[in-house]
Amino acid sequence: MAHAYTPGLKVAPRTLVKKERRLPLKGNITVKKGDKVTSDTVVARTELPGNVTPMNIVNTLSITPEELDEVMFKKEGDKVEKGEMMAQTKGFFGYFKSAVNAPVSGTIESISEVTGQVIIRQAPIPVEMKAYIDGVIDEIMPEEGVILGSEAAFIQGIFGIGGETEGELKFVADDISAVLDENKIDDSLKGKIIVGGSLVKKEAIDKAVKCGVKGIICGGIDAQDLKEVLGYDIGVAITGHEEIGLTVVVTEGFGQINMAQKTFELLKENEGKKASINGATQIRAGVMRPEIIITLNVPDDLNSVKINESSEAGGMNKGDSLRVIRGNHFGEIVEVTDLPVELTVVDSETKVRVVEVQLGSGEKLLLPRANVETIEK
Amino acid sequence: MGNNIDKSKIRRIVATDCGSTTTKAILIEKQNDEYRLVTRGEAPTTVEAPVEDVTKGVINAVTELEELRGIKILDNEEFIKDYSEEKGIDLYISTSSAGGGLQMMVAGVVKSMTAESAARAALGAGAIVMDTIANNDGRKPYQKIQRIRNLRPDMILLSGGVNGGTIKHVVELGEIIGAADPRPRLGSSYNLPVIFAGNQDAIPEIKKILEKKVALDITENLRPTLEKEDLMPSRLKIQAQFLEHVMAQAPGYKKLMAMTDVDIMPTPGAVGQIMETIADINKIEVVGVDIGGATTDVFSVFDNPDEEGKTVFNRTVSANLGMSYSISNVVSEAGLENVLRWIPFGMNEAELRNKVKNKMIRPTTIPHLLEELMFEQAVAREALRRSFEQHKALAVGLKGVQKQRTVSDVFSQEDLHTSLVNMLNLDMLIGSGGVLSHAPRRNQSAMMLIDAFLPEGFTTLTVDSIFMMPQLGVLAEVHPEAATQVFEKDCLIYLGTCIAPVGTTKYEKKCMDYTVTYSDGKTAEGEVRFGDMKVVPLAVGEKAKVKVNPAKGFDMGDGAGNSVEKEVTGGTVGLIFDARGRRPFSVPETEEERISFLKKWYTEMNLYPGYEK
Repeated sequence: MAHAYTPGLKVAPRTLVKKERRLPLKGNITVKKGDKVTSDTVVARTELPGNVTPMNIVNTLSITPEELDEVMFKKEGDKVEKGEMMAQTKGFFGYFKSAVNAPVSGTIESISEVTGQVIIRQAPIPVEMKAYIDGVIDEIMPEEGVILGSEAAFIQGIFGIGGETEGELKFVADDISAVLDENKIDDSLKGKIIVGGSLVKKEAIDKAVKCGVKGIICGGIDAQDLKEVLGYDIGVAITGHEEIGLTVVVTEGFGQINMAQKTFELLKENEGKKASINGATQIRAGVMRPEIIITLNVPDDLNSVKINESSEAGGMNKGDSLRVIRGNHFGEIVEVTDLPVELTVVDSETKVRVVEVQLGSGEKLLLPRANVETIEK
Repeated sequence: MGNNIDKSKIRRIVATDCGSTTTKAILIEKQNDEYRLVTRGEAPTTVEAPVEDVTKGVINAVTELEELRGIKILDNEEFIKDYSEEKGIDLYISTSSAGGGLQMMVAGVVKSMTAESAARAALGAGAIVMDTIANNDGRKPYQKIQRIRNLRPDMILLSGGVNGGTIKHVVELGEIIGAADPRPRLGSSYNLPVIFAGNQDAIPEIKKILEKKVALDITENLRPTLEKEDLMPSRLKIQAQFLEHVMAQAPGYKKLMAMTDVDIMPTPGAVGQIMETIADINKIEVVGVDIGGATTDVFSVFDNPDEEGKTVFNRTVSANLGMSYSISNVVSEAGLENVLRWIPFGMNEAELRNKVKNKMIRPTTIPHLLEELMFEQAVAREALRRSFEQHKALAVGLKGVQKQRTVSDVFSQEDLHTSLVNMLNLDMLIGSGGVLSHAPRRNQSAMMLIDAFLPEGFTTLTVDSIFMMPQLGVLAEVHPEAATQVFEKDCLIYLGTCIAPVGTTKYEKKCMDYTVTYSDGKTAEGEVRFGDMKVVPLAVGEKAKVKVNPAKGFDMGDGAGNSVEKEVTGGTVGLIFDARGRRPFSVPETEEERISFLKKWYTEMNLYPGYEK
């Protein structure tokens, strides 16, 4: 078996979080090493090449490509304003002239005497990169971006939709099993990131969008509800670009699943603080999971931060807590009681490495190691 | 590089395949004049942080070979090229699909002609085609430009126009690519490779437009005339550019390139290579499939109907049909009802949709319960079926060619551009990928292949035991004999032969009778009724003669109702007589009847004996 265990998701009460903020193209960095920034500080800027508008002047004027040179008022590299005349035919004894005006403002990028196509490139599009979390600038990558960091509580979700956002954490669930429906949402939650329990319903998401909620964190979501919220079915888990009006971070999976007690308690401890969340998920090469970051302290220097983290993260030992991620006990938190070495044939007749676990009820059972995940500290 | 190798002196070979997650190594040795697989090893691929050097994974996998075989292959992380009994190898080769493989965009003037040929060339070289742009694809120029900018492919193949024809349209495509100013997916320090394989008269204009913006490479026209498709020069250029530009950006690849004795090939390109070699050497028509977690590749080699003695190779990749990362997409494309038609009991649909999504977000989990296994194998049938449909749609004769129609053609109303895939002529079906290679029972693999591909007449069914086809594909380039020996002896597992007459009638009516004559002269006879399946044992390595008398209206390849006799190969399952009908094949419509038939088939095939409901 290539996978003896699944490394699991990180739920850390206090850790060193570093974020790389990289521009899509080279540009200018607007901060310097050691600067303390907040999540909405612009740390870098660049300009993306403007959109291009191709237009076939030869066809429009009913001329041949060879005649193009005679009718064009502009040449490659010239600027044009929207509505400005770019070309005109000589007409018939000065009458019946046909003309072409620029549909957009920009620069003439090319004029082709083969196809008659003229291409106008519009002004560059400015792009600003924000810090996303409160922190200190740790490293400058000249012209490309920065790395910043802070001491923070850090929680990875399993699946999310929507991009980066931030807001004050606010609970709308009393316990891990609570269902988040529309009755729990009102205008007082505007600008907040709200925390539910085991399931968020479609109606709740709809109302949250109306009320201006910035994000929802919850244990589970129903696949059918997700499809209705998005208006399409997600076939491959590559998300983050959805624009539904808020960001959703699911911590456990699809269906009604209690939020892990540890995750719930950690969020509860930080209620009222500012959280930065991102729903972007990518489950292929270069795995990316949704995240919740709550900055606890911005140090002067990241190197001075000492964090005692378990070095065994991902390993599996007797007494460890695991989350079941497949089958009848999906979502339950169990305890490892034995780690048999030999391959075992399970109900499906598949021969696999297994782990013996004890359920909350005291019952013991064997599960494939591929079907449990450790909860990283 | 490969031409300078003296084949007669090759005694020990190491071949690796660097996949997105795992690097697999195999060790092949010459034993008594025959090449055989000796052992295999694997290690996680190391292209991502913190290691960021693909050769580390290769060395780890090869170290496992050393330990298992008890010989020394590496010295200070370098291959020992001085062969002796205890150490050294003569040849090291590798394939790669790490970093998501080769992702291409293709462009052609007419969608169903040059653009389709360009797509075939790219797929044949082992690429995933992200989009096909054509002058007549219905999109406005600015939409095409936007699309090219958003997709960020690894490479673009630009074709269009026949030699001597008008250059206007292909130059227009060049202008669109130029205006998009495309950037490559990996790294920003190099220009995007664009291969031009269109009307050769347009070369000066294309150079003028693109040379300063992209890494332009020019090759022969892939459609020199309407009647001719010449894909090989483009395929070779794509693979060369892949090595030079794309792979060279991936961490450690330059080092790996220096280690190999022949050029590294993209994994699917290598699999296509071995399929072509096998079909060529054995003079058979082959369909192969590799179903992975994210994508499914289908390969076929069929006789060329227009050129006697020549074959046509085709490859397609269904980028979002797979068993883990893409499982949710399979269900959404095929429809849950089509998946559930293979399940002989009721399932809660809302719960199933959640289960499918949970597999998508936790792709490494495995079916623990029998019901889960049955459901995943049902999904696999649909993923395979849809991939094969996509393949049949692309593996067609050239469009745009004028063909003479006879009076009978006019009345038959048949599309002249029918698929090259002719199931009655197909000799061998090869399955590979986790769900087929690692099914708990080989019978399950055989049934998935039959249900998805619906073979007709006599078809040998096989699976790739450990997925070593990529490595054997590169080996076939250097040493076809060694590659085929290992392929036949160690790679393929024979499941048996499927015997399925084409036609349909009412359930319970006779479909065929048969006589099996074993090599020891003993015979077995029987009759199969429509809607039934029957398994007759014939062990691995055994051969037998099978005479099938199809009932009236059923065709075994020699016309309706005519008997056909053929020598067949045994396997882990044996001979599978499938009288469930073809053209069309259908699962009974009513719930009660459907479940009753499924149970009958599954019992006969001994698929899920642990299941009792």
